[in-house]
Order: sequence, then structure tokens, then C-alpha cells
Amino acid sequence: MALDNLPEKKTGWPGSGLAKGLAVTLRTMTRKTKTAQYPDALPELPPRSRGVIGLFEENCTVCMLCARECPDWCIYIDSHKETVPPATPGGRERSQNVLDRFAIDFALCMYCGICIEVCPFDALFWSPEFEYAETDIRELTHERDKLREWMWTVPAPPALDPAAEEPKEIATARKTADKRAAAHAAEAAAATEATPAAPATPPAGESGESAAPGESSAPGTSGTSGASGEGAPS
Amino acid sequence: MNDTLEIALRLIAVFVIFLVFPLVVGQTEHKVMAHMQGRLGPMYAGGFHGWAQLVADGVKFAQKEDVVPAGADRRIFHLAPAVALLPYLLVLLVIPIGPGNAVGEVIDAGIFFVLAVMGIGVLGSLMAGWASANKFSLLGGLRTAAQLMAYELPMLLTAASVAMAAGTVSLPGMLDAFEWWWVPWQIVGGLVFFTAGLAELQRPPFDAPVADSEIIFGAYTEYTGLRFALFMLAEYVGIVVLCGLTTVLFLGGWHGPFADELGWLWTLLKTLALAFVVIWLRATYPRLREDQVQKLAWTVLIPLALAQIALTGVVKVVTS
Repeated sequence: MALDNLPEKKTGWPGSGLAKGLAVTLRTMTRKTKTAQYPDALPELPPRSRGVIGLFEENCTVCMLCARECPDWCIYIDSHKETVPPATPGGRERSQNVLDRFAIDFALCMYCGICIEVCPFDALFWSPEFEYAETDIRELTHERDKLREWMWTVPAPPALDPAAEEPKEIATARKTADKRAAAHAAEAAAATEATPAAPATPPAGESGESAAPGESSAPGTSGTSGASGEGAPS
Repeated sequence: MNDTLEIALRLIAVFVIFLVFPLVVGQTEHKVMAHMQGRLGPMYAGGFHGWAQLVADGVKFAQKEDVVPAGADRRIFHLAPAVALLPYLLVLLVIPIGPGNAVGEVIDAGIFFVLAVMGIGVLGSLMAGWASANKFSLLGGLRTAAQLMAYELPMLLTAASVAMAAGTVSLPGMLDAFEWWWVPWQIVGGLVFFTAGLAELQRPPFDAPVADSEIIFGAYTEYTGLRFALFMLAEYVGIVVLCGLTTVLFLGGWHGPFADELGWLWTLLKTLALAFVVIWLRATYPRLREDQVQKLAWTVLIPLALAQIALTGVVKVVTS
């Protein structure tokens, strides 16, 4: 009876709570249902769904990082070395790893995705494919051919959010490109300033290129000195 | 010969209603409840939106083994489903569905007959609970008994109010005397009657006697197969009977536009609308605790029913 002694909330006329409850169920009835009719209609999976792991063999160098990082040791890799004849006559023979077996035991896999994270050569990918149940647990160890089949179900990476940061590699590339452009501009400016005054400077510019623009062009000294260092090898 | 044929036809008609309507209500319950919870409900049985789900359920029940517990009182245990189910068939027989003679069997003391026989249906649950030799069944049976005690009274009182208003206890007679303003006049009585009927059927939110989280399935815990199916059928026939009775007593039965030709349709529509309300209530409200069930009956429904009788008496005296 403790519940009956609670102070009553004053919300409208008596029975309004009951009516509200009825309204909720009636409204829900008129709305669209949430049921997913799975075997008849496939689910719309979100991007980056962790269904199964696909293998892109060509990228695999048998570095074994995935197998070693796997928390439950469900990746099996066998390989052997082959020697590759020298590229140029008189050169040294190179050895190369060749993949013999790549298998993932999906009965053990816990879908942490560490193997995909650590792969330095982008040989492993998440695929949204999820219908690979088996009636025997041993058949859940899938070999490289099956993993390769799944590779073709890997979707293109989803576009970034509109306000998202630039991807690291693009940001780096853009920075480099900007620096080079700045260096070129500075060089061109230095050249136009230098040519009428002293025609003797171009030979000097070849030996001490970094010093020459620094002296001649006052604006953006730090930018030009850095850019000239990168611009030099090219 | 003609009389025999007519009686046979009427009996067959009532029997068909007895078999078909509970299934219709049951299937509606599957679907309506599902949609009220944002689901689809059965979709496979029968092909089109699971229309044959209850048929499939029936086939399943028929295939199951009929188990009787070792300590059970066998004869009572076997008899209980029939006792729970048959009274509702008898009640269906006397509910008028249209003007004139459209009723299975006219009984002069119809309302007495109906209420007395519906009370017997609850005995089935009591017998099942007692005979099962299972403590949960016994608890369920006792709760059923307590519920019957509490809710039979407001039901009788409100039915008496309608009988007072009509000046007769015959169901067709009540409908003949019906005027439209009876609906607002008897509305409180109607609500009390419907609520008490729900409690007597042990429908949510008054399903404490079969509260599965507390006492498994109450009196029906030990039942399997066809006997269990009969109990379930009794529940759904009970819904049809309760909605039909509420329609006849408080909503004017077959009265409505074109009542002479379409009277049966009005009865049908009103009954189905009430059945929808029964399902709606089930999908909306949580189960009342056992003490709350009793408290509602004795402190709310019975005073309301008495007030309705007083109102009926006053209006009757003033108008006559």
C-alpha cells in the first residue's frame, strides 16, 4: 500500500493519465511499424558495419602483424619465401614472402577490428556481409578464397561529414603542395627582382639557393626558408 | 417438422458464431496489439498477413500431448475446461442480435439467466486450480474466486439498473423499450458493467489470476494441448459475450439507422468496437496488483453502481 500513500501529482482531471495512455497506444497503432522483415527484406546496414573481414591478398606481405595483434588468435597464416631474380643484370637476388594460407576462425573472432587497424598494407577490410552462419562450428574457419570473395562486398568508404576535418593524408599532401607553390612564387618573385639589378646572381643562385631568396625577399621569410629546403631536391 | 428445422438452424447459427467470432477477436488482438506496440504481428501463417495464425495454433494444440499431473484429481481436471467454456455458449444463445425474433432462444428472465450462467464459467477456473495439485494453480484459482466475489456484485447492480429502466428482465424486451437517451443516462452503469466484465474474464489489466510473472499461468498452469486451447477459447468467447451483452444492455443493441433491415449489423459493429476496446485496454495498461484489483471493485465500482441505481430510480419515478 506504500504506493497508494505517495503524494499525487496534480496533472489535470482525474483519469487524464489513463486517457493519455490510451492515446499513446492508439497513436502508435496508426504509425508505421518498426518490424524488420529480415529474411524477406534485407536490413539497411549503417556504413562501417562489422559483418565479416575481407582479405585483399595482393596487398598482403605476410608481415604477420594481424595474426600477432589478434586478441584471441583466430588468424592463421602460412607462407614460404621465394627468391626473385635480380632486376638488373649483376644485381642481388631478392627474397619475397608468398602467402600459402590465410584463414580466420569466425567462431573465435570477436569483431574487434584490430587486425584491420594494424594492417600496414591495407589488406584487410570490413565487409557488411553477415549471412555466413554454419551448422558446424568448425566450418566457421574461413579460408583465403572465401575471405577474398568477401573482399568484393566491401563498400566504398562513406563520405566524411560536411564539417569534418580533412583526412590526414589529404591534409599533408595539401600542406606540401601549398609550401611548394609558395616556394615557386617566392622564387619567381626573386628572379624578377634580381634580373634587372645584377645579372651575375644566377650562377651564385645555383650554389647557395637557400641564401639568395632569403636576402632578396623580405616578406614571409620563415615560409620561404622552409619551402626552399623542400624545393631543393626536386 | 418446421419447428425442429428452425430450432436446428438457430442452434447451428449460434454455434457458428461461437466458433468463428472468438477466432476473429483473437486474430484482431494479435494484429491490433502488435501495431499498438509498433510491430507487425503474425505475417506468415496462411500467406496473407498471417490470417490463419489461430488455425495454425489450433493445429499445434491438437498435436500436443494431454498431460495430467500425477497428484491431480483426474475427473475434475478433465471436466474443468468444459465447465469454463460451455456457459458462454449458453449465454450466446440468448443474446438478441436483431429486431423481432433474431435470437437463439427467447428467455423471459434473460438477464438473470445470463448473469447466473456467466458466473458458472468462473467455476471452471476454480476447478482447474483446485484439481491441478499445483500451488501456483491453487493461488490462481483463489485469486479467480476473490475476483469473482468482488466483481459479480457491481455487474449485477448495473444490470439491475438497466432492468429497472426498461421495466423488464427479458433481453429482447429491454431492447424494445430502448430510447437513445438511455445511453447517457446509463453511461456510468455501462462503464462499471464493462470494467467488471473485464475483471471477470481475467483480461488485462485485471489478469492477476493468471499473472505469468508471479504464478506462471494461474489455474491453467498444468494444462496442455486441447484442454488448454479450450480455456483460451473460453477467454475469447467471453470477450464476445461480454461485448455483446454490453451492447445489448447499454448501447441499444440493434438500434440505429435502418434498424429493421440492418439491425444485426449494428449489433455486430457495436460488439466489435467494444472488442477493440478490450484489446486496446490490454495493450495500454499494466496489470493491477491483487490488492488494487480488490480495492477498485469495492471502493470505486460498487459505489458507482449504487449511484447509478439511485439515478435510474429517480429518473424513472420522475418520468413515469
